[in-house]
Order: sequence, then structure tokens, then C-alpha cells
Amino acid sequence: MAPMVRAESLGKRYELGENTAGYGRLTDSLSNVLRRRRGQEVSERREVWALRNASFEVDQGEVVGLIGRNGAGKSTLLKILARVTTPTEGRAEIHGRIGSLLEVGTGFHQELTGRENVFLSGAILGMRRAEIQRKFDEIVAFSEVEEFIDTPVKRYSSGMGLRLGFAVAAFLEPEVLLVDEVLAVGDRKFREKCMGRIGQVSREDGRTVLFVSHDLNAILSTCPRAMLVDRGELVADGPSHEVAAIYEREHAAFAAVEGSFERTTRNPQMAERLFLGATVLSAAGGGHAAHGEPLTFVLRTNPEFPAREFGVDVRVLDARQRPVAYMSSLEMAGRYFAPGDTVRCEIDCLALAQGTYSVDIGAAIPFIQGMDLWSGEVGFDVVRFDPFDSGSTFAPDDRTGGVVPAHHWSREDDGS
Amino acid sequence: MNESRSAVVVDEESTRATDPVGASVDVGAPVIVIQPQRRWSLGIRSLWSHRELTYFLVVRDVKLRYKQTFFGAGWALIQPIMLMGVFGLFFGRLAGLPSDGLPYPIFVLAALVPWTFFSSALGASSRSVVASSQVVSKVYFPRLIMPVAAAAAFLIDLALSFTFLVVIEPFWGIYPTWRFVFIPGLAVFALLTALCFGVWLSALNVRYRDVIYTVPFLIQALMFASPIGYPSSLIPENLRALYGLNPLAGLIEGFRWASTDVNTNPASMVAVSFATTIVLLVSGLIYFSRSESSFADII
Repeated sequence: MAPMVRAESLGKRYELGENTAGYGRLTDSLSNVLRRRRGQEVSERREVWALRNASFEVDQGEVVGLIGRNGAGKSTLLKILARVTTPTEGRAEIHGRIGSLLEVGTGFHQELTGRENVFLSGAILGMRRAEIQRKFDEIVAFSEVEEFIDTPVKRYSSGMGLRLGFAVAAFLEPEVLLVDEVLAVGDRKFREKCMGRIGQVSREDGRTVLFVSHDLNAILSTCPRAMLVDRGELVADGPSHEVAAIYEREHAAFAAVEGSFERTTRNPQMAERLFLGATVLSAAGGGHAAHGEPLTFVLRTNPEFPAREFGVDVRVLDARQRPVAYMSSLEMAGRYFAPGDTVRCEIDCLALAQGTYSVDIGAAIPFIQGMDLWSGEVGFDVVRFDPFDSGSTFAPDDRTGGVVPAHHWSREDDGS
Repeated sequence: MNESRSAVVVDEESTRATDPVGASVDVGAPVIVIQPQRRWSLGIRSLWSHRELTYFLVVRDVKLRYKQTFFGAGWALIQPIMLMGVFGLFFGRLAGLPSDGLPYPIFVLAALVPWTFFSSALGASSRSVVASSQVVSKVYFPRLIMPVAAAAAFLIDLALSFTFLVVIEPFWGIYPTWRFVFIPGLAVFALLTALCFGVWLSALNVRYRDVIYTVPFLIQALMFASPIGYPSSLIPENLRALYGLNPLAGLIEGFRWASTDVNTNPASMVAVSFATTIVLLVSGLIYFSRSESSFADII
């Protein structure tokens, strides 16, 4: 049996730098041509391999999860397979139609009605008109927006829009389905329905699914096999519980880094970097923290950043990328900062149990837009957890969660 | 299953009926090959295989264009009528330009019908790819569909304004002639003329946003360089073929000839203009297909 998907040393190189990262300017290209003629240095271009040497095979009916940190290359791989972007090197063969679900509601237009959008989005995703017509009722039923199907989508709640968008994609019938994080949206009930649909598609129809997610639990429950992508390379491939274990161990290798990092976002609105570096300070140092002790995040910001002021959000995620704590200067303290400030966020008394945590740093002006997001580049390990000096060996799991507030135990009539 | 299988999102050039390893993959299942440099193509075949998507995009554009406007589809007429008034007053009355024996208002309107189509279609198609950047970075389909659908959506307006021309011609004593049979062909010519610029500009616009600033200027320059308010018979006989290098010159003279009873013979100029259009169009298609693979990276 030949594999449905065969990739041979796929690689994708991006050029970073003024003239290629986002908008090109004609004059830049012309002046580079002139300089090259005169034998002068062309303005510096940095090249980044978002993906390199990715080789793998996926058989029919397999459901494979792709895991890795933000910017590791998962999405690049998916985009190459979806033919949204072409690889710089290597080759892949896919036997059958490819359906890509890199976004919910691809091609939706706010002014059009739900019905019109189902046809439009379906056609953009690769369905024929007859096929959409045949499945129309099922799609609408799945989305649970029957009553509003002839209302413009701009009048929908965001949840309704997402449901309809997913419903269209859920009824694609490609031989190979590529799914990217889209299930991180919507309410929990609908998320579960989506996951169920993906599982059903592979089990009953024998379709091949490649599924990218940050949510290790989703991968573990849906995909028997997983691949781990790190810094553009495929570093592990096997049963998903084994790969997930490697991923969690890798995360434990975090040190407090004075960050200097590659920008991975391709979003032009985020092309300006606000955060230049981040440091995690603790008594023990080296990225090691202890429950009940202070922990401080120091964030250096760019004085050139084109904004007057902004708020800073810090989010702490556990090794499975589940958020466990959130601190926001604007939402909670009403505090603004200006570009160039070195921002300190001090936790007096850390309430986390033993484990590895990563930190997302965001900047925002509420109701305007996210300005910069720095995800998973710094982290810390809680290496000591013994709030009562009792020699506790407690390790958090799914049942307990990792947050342990400062507390003590007593009997009500004690001490009175 | 077979029904849906023919809906494959695949370029025919990379489709093979059998698996190279000869294994038990369904015969008829397409093999999609992904590799760095794609083969040379004009992308016309993939346009045909995705005709339904093209249709949906055209319908979307037509529906959206006049949503929440007071005059609705009336806008297809308002622009040429207003321009007819302006041209009639300044060029016809004040400047006293000749009009090949036609009543001046009809002379101008017969040119404005293809011209208005051209300028709107060109504007929309050169913006089309960048305007859909969200979709371009998320899903694959032949990108050429975007400029083509954006331009084709204005054929409806062309039909409306042409109908208006035919309706008012009798007030000046002009009635349809056998030349009307050329109108559908000229409408296709008009579409190709808009696309010969639009395909180039929509692809260039992805890399160089300078294009956004060039298009209005280009449209303005072409308006003066085209025989809208004046007849091309003003151009010296020996230079007229050269004048035909402007694709609009042949298109407009041809359209004016076919939609009125004017006594001209634009055949040679139409031929030159058509040749220019095809050269621009083919080179544009090649440029487009060479650059479309990087659209998602730089858009």
C-alpha cells in the first residue's frame, strides 16, 4: 500500500529583511540591482529556514498530529502541503484531493448571507456546486444556524459565524484533510463536536488527517501518531504519547533567556517588534523558581516602536500549553507603558506547583488591536514545591491542575 | 464518490492516472506533486477547471458592488451618462470637435460604454489579489481566478450601459444594423483589454504596492490617449496604425462602429490593438504564473 502523503526533505526558506519581509518597494529592488552591478554589497538579507529536511510518509486513514512550539515550523509544513506556499527545496506527493482547514470561514464575506457564504466558501475550499447543494442541509444543520441562514453574516454573533464556517469545512470530502489549530475557537461544546467530526471522518471514511495543535490533550485523544517539529526540523515521529513525552521533556530544558530571537510572525501589522527581550528573575536564578517565592518578569521594549502607549499582558502556560495564570497591566491595574520602558511584572508569591512553564508576552491597547505577541520564548521551571516543609513529593496532573494558592489547614476550633 | 472526485483541486499538468509505485491506490485518484519550481504555464487550463469558483466570485462581486447603495445597479449608467454630459458640453459644444458625422452625444456614449467597463474592470482586477490576501494565505486555488473574476463581474454593467445606448439611439435617428453581431466579440475583446493590464498589475501589486498609485494615473492617461471625445480620424492616416498600439483605440473605434451607423472602417486599427492586447496578455499571464507561488509569502 503506497502512502497517501510522501514528503522528501521538504524545506522552506524565508528571507527576512527590510525589502522582502513585508511590502516591497520598487525603488529598493532597483537600487539593489544597481548596487549589484557596481559590485557593492546589497543591503543585508537574513535567511531563515522555517522548515528543513522534513521527510515522512502518512498512510491512508492515519490521523497524525503535528506538535511543536510557536514558530517551530508546523504551520509552514501544513501550508506547503496545502499548496498555499511552495517549498524552497524537496518534494511531496499526495495521492488524492487535499482539503485544507487552516482557518474557519475561509472566504466568508460579512455582507453576504449565510446561504451565499456557504456556497462561496465551499467553492473556495474546493467543492463543486452540485456537491455543496447536496450537502447544504447537513451543513446548515451541523452549524445550528438554520433560522439565520438568509441573514447577512455581519449580523451573526461571532460564535454563529465560526460554527457556520467550520460546518462548511467539515463537509469537505478530500482524501487528505489538513487542519490547523482552528478548533481553538468557539465554545467548548462546539469544539468537541468539531473534534468528533474529525475523528469520524478518519474512522468511517478512511480519510487521512494531518492535525496541528497546541493542545497536547487534543492530539493525544485524536491522533494515534504524532510528529514533533522543533526549529524547523522534524525531531520525533511515532506514537503520540511517546512524542508528547519528548515534547514535554524538551520544554523542561528551558532556561531564563535574555531573549534575542527571530521574528516568526508574517503578519505585517506585527512587523515592528515591541519586545526586545525578556528575563525571568528568581532567587535561585537559571530559570529555576520555587513555589511561594517571588518571581519577576523583566521585559525590555523598543523605543522606536510606533505607538504612544500600550498595556502589557503576561500569560503563563503549563507544559501542555494550557494557560494557568494571567496578568494584565491594563485590564487589572489600569497601567500603561511607553515604548522604551523596561517593564517589570513582579509576582510576590508564586502559586505554581512543580513543573515547566512557558510565558506568553503580549502588548495591546484594548479595542484597537494586538500590537505584539511573544509566545513561548521564555519560561521557567518550578523546581521546588514544599509549602509546608513536609517533604511533599506532590506532582500536579490533569486531576489536580498546577495552581496551588498559599494556604493552610486547621480545625475550626483550633487556636481559639 | 466519482462525482466528487472530478472536483479535484489539482492542476492537470501534475495529475497522473496511476501511482508511480504501481501500488493499490485508486486508479483515477489524482497525484498532486509539490515541488519548488513549477512548470511553465499560462494557467488557462486551471482557470477552466475552476470555472465554478470563478462563477461564484463573479456573483459575489456583482452582489456586493451595489449593496447598501441608493441607486443600486443604476450606477452602471450614471457614470457614462454624466461623462457623456461633460464631454458633450466641453468637447462637443465648446471645442467643437468632429464626430465622424455622428450626433456628438451618441458618438461619445458609444465610446464611453466600453471605456467605463475597461476602467472599472482594470481597477478592480489590479486590486483583486491583494484585496483577497486573507484567502490567498490560507487556501490554494489558481490565483489567476481573482483578476479574471474581478474584471468579468463588470460585464453586467457593460450589458446595462450598452442596452441604454441602444435604447436612446433612435432619439437621434440611429437604428441597429447588422454590425450588432460583432458586439459579443467586442465585449470579449474589452474583457481581454482590461485583463492584459489587470493580470500584470494584480501580480505586481502583491510585491509593489506602488501599483495602487499607478492605476488611477494609467487610467487617466489612457482616457486622453483613446478616441473617446475625438475621432481617431483626427490622427494622420500614416500614424493611425501606430495609434492602434493603444489597445483601447481599436476597442473603442470598433465598438463605435458596431453599435452605430458611423461611416468608418476601423478593421486595421482593431487588428493592431488586438495584437497588442494579446502580447500584453500572454506576457502578463507568464509573469503571473511565475510569481503566484510566492504570493502567500509576501502578500
